[in-house]
Amino acid sequence: MTGKQPYVGQGLEAPHAFTLMPGPTKHTQYPYVTGTSVLGIKYKDGVLIAADTAASYGSTVRYKSVERLKACGKHCLIGASGEISDFQQILQYVDKLILNDYMWDDGNNLSPKDIHNYLTRIMYNKRNNFDPLWNTLVLGGVKNGEKYLGVVTMIGVQYVDNHVASGFGNHLARPIFRDEWHENLTLEEGIQLLEKALTVLFYRDRSAINKVQVANITEAGINISEPYALKTNWDYNAFKNPTVGAEGSW
Amino acid sequence: MFRNQYDTDVTTWSPAGRLHQVEYAMEAVKQGSAAIGLRSKTHVVLATVNKASSELLSHQKKLFKIDNHIGIAMAGLTADGRVLSRYMRSECINHNFVYESPLPVGRLVVQVADKAQVCTQRSWKRPYGVGLLVAGTDETGPHLYQNCPSGNYFEYQAFAIGSRSQAAKTYLERKYETFMGCTKDELIRHALYAVKESLQEEELTSSNCGLALVGIDEKFEILDPKKLQAYIDSMEDATKEEAAPTEEQPPHVAAGALLTRESSGGVEVPADGDGPSPMET
Repeated sequence: MTGKQPYVGQGLEAPHAFTLMPGPTKHTQYPYVTGTSVLGIKYKDGVLIAADTAASYGSTVRYKSVERLKACGKHCLIGASGEISDFQQILQYVDKLILNDYMWDDGNNLSPKDIHNYLTRIMYNKRNNFDPLWNTLVLGGVKNGEKYLGVVTMIGVQYVDNHVASGFGNHLARPIFRDEWHENLTLEEGIQLLEKALTVLFYRDRSAINKVQVANITEAGINISEPYALKTNWDYNAFKNPTVGAEGSW
Repeated sequence: MFRNQYDTDVTTWSPAGRLHQVEYAMEAVKQGSAAIGLRSKTHVVLATVNKASSELLSHQKKLFKIDNHIGIAMAGLTADGRVLSRYMRSECINHNFVYESPLPVGRLVVQVADKAQVCTQRSWKRPYGVGLLVAGTDETGPHLYQNCPSGNYFEYQAFAIGSRSQAAKTYLERKYETFMGCTKDELIRHALYAVKESLQEEELTSSNCGLALVGIDEKFEILDPKKLQAYIDSMEDATKEEAAPTEEQPPHVAAGALLTRESSGGVEVPADGDGPSPMET
């Protein structure tokens, strides 16, 4: 890269009068419109991924009908938390990838693993340039009978597991999964488990809302549900007198 | 072949609609020592004739591993072949880095073909003078391809290129219908018989031929001389099926036309004996 100095504001052609003090690039270091947790579990026939449909603008829950789960190709689904515009950019990358693969028309198809690694390379590369895509991605798919469920973070960390989550889901949903997940969950049991975790997140995560989507990926294909509301109960004893153990708090 | 007025530049068409430089490049392939490939439902075998011009000389390396699931045999200017094999290795490893999965052999073959085509359309370049037989496996099974200096590529059940390849092709034409069901050992023996045809008078030993093999769940491997000699020795033990000739001998058509499955892309130049060539020797 000719003439590109590190840590000098990117995107500027030549020093402009009003930017005589170039400093470290900061505009890539905070998100604006963000989605919260995404949850994923493997079950008997495939993979289930769930997320609510909220996008927050700081502390305001600004947009309440955002689809944070998107199918990519026949075998793969990506859910994102974090900056929504960066997620949209990632979808462009993946769309191009899938299109090129489709155009080969040679009997070979990208597997969820291929897409997972491709995204990891992108995320890691951008992180190295101090210009990350501010997302944690949950990626799930089924190909040739093999179930795949993985995560890529904004710094390029990548892993796979039987159950995954992003953001608050790691703290609130994973413990539930650890207790209650097993290999042979049926579709109904899997959805129940996810709804339980989503409900807890709605109670405890201030950026979560009570409108969720659950996606089911099997060998046969991908099905993303229409958004629906979770049943909530505000009658728990623990919710009455919440400050009984900590006088003065609210 | 005598000189033509229109053969100085690769970018000059002849009035007959031919690019002579490209044809001359394909002639270089025909002059190189033979390379043979054949495939079954589970494996692809590559075999080469290793001719050293003197006893003091060790023979040239013509079999190259490109990746765990892809390998090539070359005929012609092996120096050009090494450059292409470096490119192919690079593409495979790049793909593996990004996707952590093997590059499908068919896609690599197209990339090589497109690279070769560039050299047929730039006045400051010359076509690669090497023909490749590319053996590899992907999701859809084992495959054998040929890459030409013209930028064409073809998929084959079995094929041979290089000098005296016609003898090997004749053998392959007789036997190719049985290849799909062959075991690994049977396939290797067929390859060695084909090499034997190309060697004609000479005795087949592990020092004048080379063999490599790739299969589903089996990495590309160039057989070491000991293993190779063992297979050669086992040829004498196996029943000689050549004694029983098949009635349905196909009319003598250039083997390329008989055995091709698909052809596409590249320069429209008659390959390997096809088409009007009044100056064939």
